[in-house]
Amino acid sequence: MIQVADFARLEPGFDDPVRGAQVCFRALLDAMAHPGRIVALPSSLGGAPPVPLGPTAAALALTLCDIDTPVWLDKAASTAAGYLAFHCGAPLVDSPVDARFAIVADAAALPPLDRFALGSDEYPERSATLVIEVADLVEDGGAVLRGPGIRGAARIGIDGLPARFWAERAALAELFPRGIDVVFASGARLAALPRSTRAGL
Amino acid sequence: MPLQAALRQDGERDERQAWLAVLVKASLNELEAAWQALSDKPAYRALRPGETGLVMLRGRIGGTGRPFNLGEMTMTRAAVQLLDPAGQVSHVGFGHVAGRSARRAELVALFDAMLQDPARHGAVAAAVVTPLAATQQAAKAARDVKVMASKVDFFTMVRGE
Repeated sequence: MIQVADFARLEPGFDDPVRGAQVCFRALLDAMAHPGRIVALPSSLGGAPPVPLGPTAAALALTLCDIDTPVWLDKAASTAAGYLAFHCGAPLVDSPVDARFAIVADAAALPPLDRFALGSDEYPERSATLVIEVADLVEDGGAVLRGPGIRGAARIGIDGLPARFWAERAALAELFPRGIDVVFASGARLAALPRSTRAGL
Repeated sequence: MPLQAALRQDGERDERQAWLAVLVKASLNELEAAWQALSDKPAYRALRPGETGLVMLRGRIGGTGRPFNLGEMTMTRAAVQLLDPAGQVSHVGFGHVAGRSARRAELVALFDAMLQDPARHGAVAAAVVTPLAATQQAAKAARDVKVMASKVDFFTMVRGE
């Protein structure tokens, strides 16, 4: 539960909650439909994003999380717990496997991907969506993506992601339709890596 | 934190409940007029802009029976942060009102925040809460008189068996 005194330190959420969430959702749809595409998301927050999240990661949390979606925060993002509790009303869980959304502020300390909920063959949607704050997103970077929504192959560079991520991701790709969806946020930009995409360095 | 300390005191919590009870029953026109009449309006920002939703009302038959869900009602809530001249948040106020008026919820939250500020409490209580409470008391008294005049005592005569 959030402490009373914290209300004075909380920052506002979206400036205009309906429009802010719609714009953010549209950007996320665009990114999910075109894996590897870097989508700009102008900040529509009414205040500063909660430390240590950037404006895009905060907007994604405000858009996606609500009382029905258990959220897991990594250690670095735990300072944003009060913000999420107040604005989203989302329950926070201690274990990654219980979370529908995981917000990761320290990409280098990302838990192994198979620690998150992968869904089941009957209910593949009961899986986790990861929102990972990364240092930078670069077009035509080192990672090669193939699959639905991509003509031929797409290339993207994701700075600050541990190299093991790609091996863990490749192992999960075999489990399709189970798997996890990942959204990378950096500053005012985002890119998505849905489970249907085959990715490697 | 002075706010937390204040809320921990039950006496002060009761006082806050009392002023909120008066504020949330006031109409939008009354609240807006009271706000416009303030000479020293604080700077503020919306922590939570007015948002409308549903709350489940629960009841107990006779006040003591099992709780049951009576039905849902529309409510609007808002939260504001008062800003001091340096731009820092000084006090946080909350408003929850019946109906769909976002401005009404915001005004309740604003007055709630100002009433928590010792420097403003006296002036706002005297200029806003006391007159509103008097109006509400008078309206209730007038209605009570009307209702009491139509009171009928029902009784059943004992029939001989």
